[in-house]
Amino acid sequence: MIPDLTVVTGKLKLKNPILLASGTAGYGSEISQFIDLNKIGGIVTKSISLNPRAGNPPPRIAETPSGMLNAIGLANVGLEKFISEKLPYLEQYDTAVICNIAASSVEEYVICTERLSSEKRVDAFEINISCPNVKEGGLIFGNDLDKVREVTERVRGATTKPVFIKLSPNVPNIADFAKAAVDAGADGVSAINTFVGAAIDINTRKPKLANVTGGLSGPAIRPLAIAKVLEIKRKHPEIEIIGIGGISNWKDAVEFMIAGASAVQLGTVNFVEPDSGERILEGLEQYCAEKKIERIRELTGSFIIIPPKAGQVNYPDQSGPPPKRGQAGEL
Amino acid sequence: MFLADASVKEIFEVKPRIHKIILNQPEAAKIAEPGQFINIRVSETHYPLLRRPFSICDAEGETITLLFNLLGEGTRMLAHLKPGDSVNIMGPLGKGFKPVKGIKNQIFIAGGMGAAPFPLLARRTEGKISTFIGGKSSREIIELDLPNREIATEDGSAGFKGNVIELLEEKISGKPPEDVMIYGCGPTGMLRALKTFCEKHNFVCQVSTECAMACGFGICQGCPTVSATEPGGYKLVCKDGPVFDIKEIVL
Repeated sequence: MIPDLTVVTGKLKLKNPILLASGTAGYGSEISQFIDLNKIGGIVTKSISLNPRAGNPPPRIAETPSGMLNAIGLANVGLEKFISEKLPYLEQYDTAVICNIAASSVEEYVICTERLSSEKRVDAFEINISCPNVKEGGLIFGNDLDKVREVTERVRGATTKPVFIKLSPNVPNIADFAKAAVDAGADGVSAINTFVGAAIDINTRKPKLANVTGGLSGPAIRPLAIAKVLEIKRKHPEIEIIGIGGISNWKDAVEFMIAGASAVQLGTVNFVEPDSGERILEGLEQYCAEKKIERIRELTGSFIIIPPKAGQVNYPDQSGPPPKRGQAGEL
Repeated sequence: MFLADASVKEIFEVKPRIHKIILNQPEAAKIAEPGQFINIRVSETHYPLLRRPFSICDAEGETITLLFNLLGEGTRMLAHLKPGDSVNIMGPLGKGFKPVKGIKNQIFIAGGMGAAPFPLLARRTEGKISTFIGGKSSREIIELDLPNREIATEDGSAGFKGNVIELLEEKISGKPPEDVMIYGCGPTGMLRALKTFCEKHNFVCQVSTECAMACGFGICQGCPTVSATEPGGYKLVCKDGPVFDIKEIVL
């Protein structure tokens, strides 16, 4: 049996659930030296803003245990140069192109979406309202429910193509933000962007990033991201989620799908193993074949959570008491 | 540029804490240019997570030689490799030195670990090479058998007493600029002084720079260096560099 890896999230159809996350795959031309973009579900572009942005001063990155902090500051070539110089490169590939848009005003989101919507090669939008490293285009939208509604409604009005809102995890109630986005017309949400983090050099006593704080990514955040995806899916099972956060192998991708993601994005792993998308796909196919899963989309939100009854311990296998001491168990 | 496993042919300490590792990777060795770098996956786990970039020290036949200083967790793991072990490498990456032909005085300037890229550059450079090597003391001087060496140490423990730019001032400042091509690599302080020196004497100079990196091939935008030619702009050390014309960047 060859498992069906196609997934549909909102109105977006993908040949498989593996996407490359914004800011970790550029505009495709560099990473394509290592990975065949035809094989993966799609690529989410580096955030595009109306005008070019130079980004933050260095240092912009710092390594942390099983992760990294970044404060790039949305460095990008700007809307027009993206269309004239970067987008044509992606013509040759049979893979979804999802344009990530960052802006410092609602109007800028609308202008960028409208302009890009007429480009045939653009298949969908991911609206970045959650960059932790710039005030405008990040926190002022992503941490405010009313702003999320407003941005989503206006962007929805600017395109008929699928729209996903990329959510910040730096909120206490991410499910409410997901609901606000979908109610305002989004096809779904991308969960999550990076967590705010900081690191200090103990010799100089200075922050390791010029921006002081940055976004934490990598395997270190995976359990946090899984919790956010679960939180959204448990509260609002109907919401379409693209899962992101520290995926580095096929097992992590499966975990996100079980938690509620229809598709997943590979981020920081692209920096270390830019060919990981292909290997993760092989792993997914094998997992589905072994588990007799005909369509990978069956995995989405398939978690089994049985609330414990009062006074009763919930054993992971749910079938009875744990094995006695010295007795072989499967745990 | 590619991802590949390379087997360790030799690894040894050349000076306290300074290690040389010779990797067998014929394809990478064939295309390596002086000043380019290799990004090594030092751990198969998530710690340390990122690859570690090292300047290509030499490339000959089927091997690539790298030099590293024992500084942190990544280099400590690297130092534990043994001949026959395998490491995953990415590269050669970046834009390297462009040796210019027909120049009477090819000048190499190295500060400390900055000697690393010069053995391969020496192989690829035509004409008379003079190498100036600087450090705080003789302990920091790495010579690597480079041609026509002169040493400068700030404490006077070896060679000229003073910094390497002062030595340069003494030795080459009088030469006509069209007869001189300078290739530099070393700490930012040294490169800054080198830039002033070159501006003063109108010398053309290529310098290799350094920056913490995440990806090493231009997608993360994590290694900017301030551009001197475009106001408010940055260049990426990994992709636009690590070697730049000294006039292109603010040091």
